[in-house]
Amino acid sequence: MTEQNTGQETGQQSGQNTEQQVETPAIRSLTSESIEAARDAGRTAFIGYLPAGFPTVEDSIEAAVALGNNGADVIEIGIPYSDPVMDGPVIQAATSQVLADGFRIDAVFDIIRAVTQRTDAAVVVMTYWNIVDRMGVETFARRLAEAGGAGIVTPDLVPEEAGAWFEASDRYGLDRIFLTAPSSTDERVELITESSRGFVYGVSVMGVTGARSEVSTAAENVVARAHAAGAPRVAVGLGISKPEHIREIGAYADGAIVGTALVAALRDGGPAAVGTLAAELATGAVKNSRGDA
Amino acid sequence: MIEHTGSYQHQPGPYFGPYGGRWMPESLIAALEEVDRTFTEARNDPEFTAELQDLFTNYVNRPSLLTEVPRFAQDSPGVRIFLKREDLNHTGSHKINNVIGQALLARRMGKTRLIAETGAGQHGVATATAAALFGLECTVYMGEVDTQRQALNVARMEMLGATVIPVTTGARTLKDAINEALRDWVASVDTTHYLLGTVTGPAPFPAMVRFFHSVIGEEAREQILAQAGRLPDAVCACVGGGSNAMGIFHAFLDDSGVELYGLEAGGKGISTGEHAASINLGRTGVLHGARTYLMQDEDGQTIDSHSISAGLDYPAVGPEHAWLNDTGRATYEPVDDAECMAAFQRLCRTEGIVPAIESAHALAGALRLAQRWADEGVVSADTAAGEEKIIVVSLSGRGDKDVATAAKYFGMLPDAATPEGGDAEAVAARPEGAQN
Ligand SMILES: Cc1ncc(COP(=O)(O)O)c(C=O)c1O
Repeated sequence: MTEQNTGQETGQQSGQNTEQQVETPAIRSLTSESIEAARDAGRTAFIGYLPAGFPTVEDSIEAAVALGNNGADVIEIGIPYSDPVMDGPVIQAATSQVLADGFRIDAVFDIIRAVTQRTDAAVVVMTYWNIVDRMGVETFARRLAEAGGAGIVTPDLVPEEAGAWFEASDRYGLDRIFLTAPSSTDERVELITESSRGFVYGVSVMGVTGARSEVSTAAENVVARAHAAGAPRVAVGLGISKPEHIREIGAYADGAIVGTALVAALRDGGPAAVGTLAAELATGAVKNSRGDA
Repeated sequence: MIEHTGSYQHQPGPYFGPYGGRWMPESLIAALEEVDRTFTEARNDPEFTAELQDLFTNYVNRPSLLTEVPRFAQDSPGVRIFLKREDLNHTGSHKINNVIGQALLARRMGKTRLIAETGAGQHGVATATAAALFGLECTVYMGEVDTQRQALNVARMEMLGATVIPVTTGARTLKDAINEALRDWVASVDTTHYLLGTVTGPAPFPAMVRFFHSVIGEEAREQILAQAGRLPDAVCACVGGGSNAMGIFHAFLDDSGVELYGLEAGGKGISTGEHAASINLGRTGVLHGARTYLMQDEDGQTIDSHSISAGLDYPAVGPEHAWLNDTGRATYEPVDDAECMAAFQRLCRTEGIVPAIESAHALAGALRLAQRWADEGVVSADTAAGEEKIIVVSLSGRGDKDVATAAKYFGMLPDAATPEGGDAEAVAARPEGAQN
């Protein structure tokens, strides 16, 4: 660390904030509540991703509502971004179409408000950090909380850079969903676990978003390591597209995240197709129907 | 303005004041830490530095010359201009310095594959070259627009054994090539080193790439002392991501009498919105792993940049430049396409040196500075010998790759004619932007 470093966004500070958080356990976590409710009902939490504004703002609301009303416990609303380095071709194609159609960030909060009013699912935002940074973390967090949002999934923000987000998320009672990867060291898994609230997002493969035919064998290890570091809730994402995948993941994880398959369904069949696919995926989340598996 | 006291040199990162850092997917953090560790070990390992030195001398053709260009400066009375000749390096630009350094690190880490992004193709060519030299696999991502305007460099990379993947997402230029390279790296990090080509990106890239290029300024400083007997009054360099500029600035950072100028691409003019002047018209944010100045709209979406030079066509800038700007140690100014191309032609006609269009921005900056000094009465035709102002310009590359673009710009091609020697596609496919 250099003498020029203002220290405003360093790991030291995130450490302090983590301690702070331990001292203020009163913060209510909507995402945790949804995942725990699923657990109590004997289900793996089913988390679905859809991009804001795709294919239109109205239809993205209808699609998210269909997702929530057909079994999703948590809904991730992705904010279209010009440089989505963690996204594969299907999600990229959807979000760049949204941007080309002139999407503006303000619509995200309208979408969140509409979806939270019409479903019981916890609704989080998934966003690349520059979008939040430009608006200002404080303003973004306040507007998200006012709209009924539960937190943010941050694919390109690591705890070391999250000082301002720790403060804002505590102030507005929002969940901080950081990612942990197969490549993360034990030290980092601990840092990520301590820094997260709601759940820890376990990246199942070294790669970007996109449906894959099988769930990576790395996923189980990623989840086990986060659990061992003390994470009460770990959900697996990347490459999950079928009820069988969710069933398989449910054996060791607290939640399963589906993105690309839902986006493809929305692209090809509109909001109704999202509802149909969600209902099908939700069958994989029911643990006591696993039969002889 | 950021206050800074003490040395400006050898900033270790990851932060440069409020800039820099590591805004990256978690999946890549372990790889970045491995690169950081390997680099830190290697730079303190005499065997590594000896091998780097040997390659610089016997492969890259270092030290590069420092050439005075009196005919280029003949309308700038009282000003002497010297060019740091990175155009004479093997592969034709400064890019090879960093590439050789990082390729050695890749080998040290046991990686078998290099990936790179490229804009003008110079970094891609240099990476393909090092891959051939070290027997590594090589994939280069290049925006589709750039594969067209730099078609010759695409062929060169393929000749060297690299696979070139045209990137068709986003604006199809350098920033999108970086996105695609990052997506590759997330999935291939066990075997692959991402050989980032400039002083942008997450730590340790900005400080590491600067380290490998700092030889430019170290040589230039010695050479100007030997040739002119004193330090220059100013150093000018073009700034895309900012690697040649950091390389030449670094040795002079603590010489407070030396003014440092970074010239950004003003494109069609900064008032048109079609430019790549990230520092002058950008706002701070995070892109490709670093907090820095970047061109973005009110929502934080990256704005497409524009420049006649593919190598400067990038909407952000290395974080250390953002810091040098805010501390006031360096000054950043835009140069538009027209001013750049006038300087390009002037160097061709007065000195017999065809510069890269990127580097011509720095040449234009030097002419502009000389004019400012004349306007202020600091220099004139009466300036006595030995009293002249001295400017060192980073001539970061040669213009062979730009012949088609420049010929079209200057209207040297008959209508629908194609130059001999295989440039047909480059010319036919050249997007608008160069007016005849
Ligand atoms: C000759 C030359 N100069 C300058 C640049 C810009 O890069 P940087 O700003 O990193 O020096 C390039 C990039 O391709 C280049 O080819």
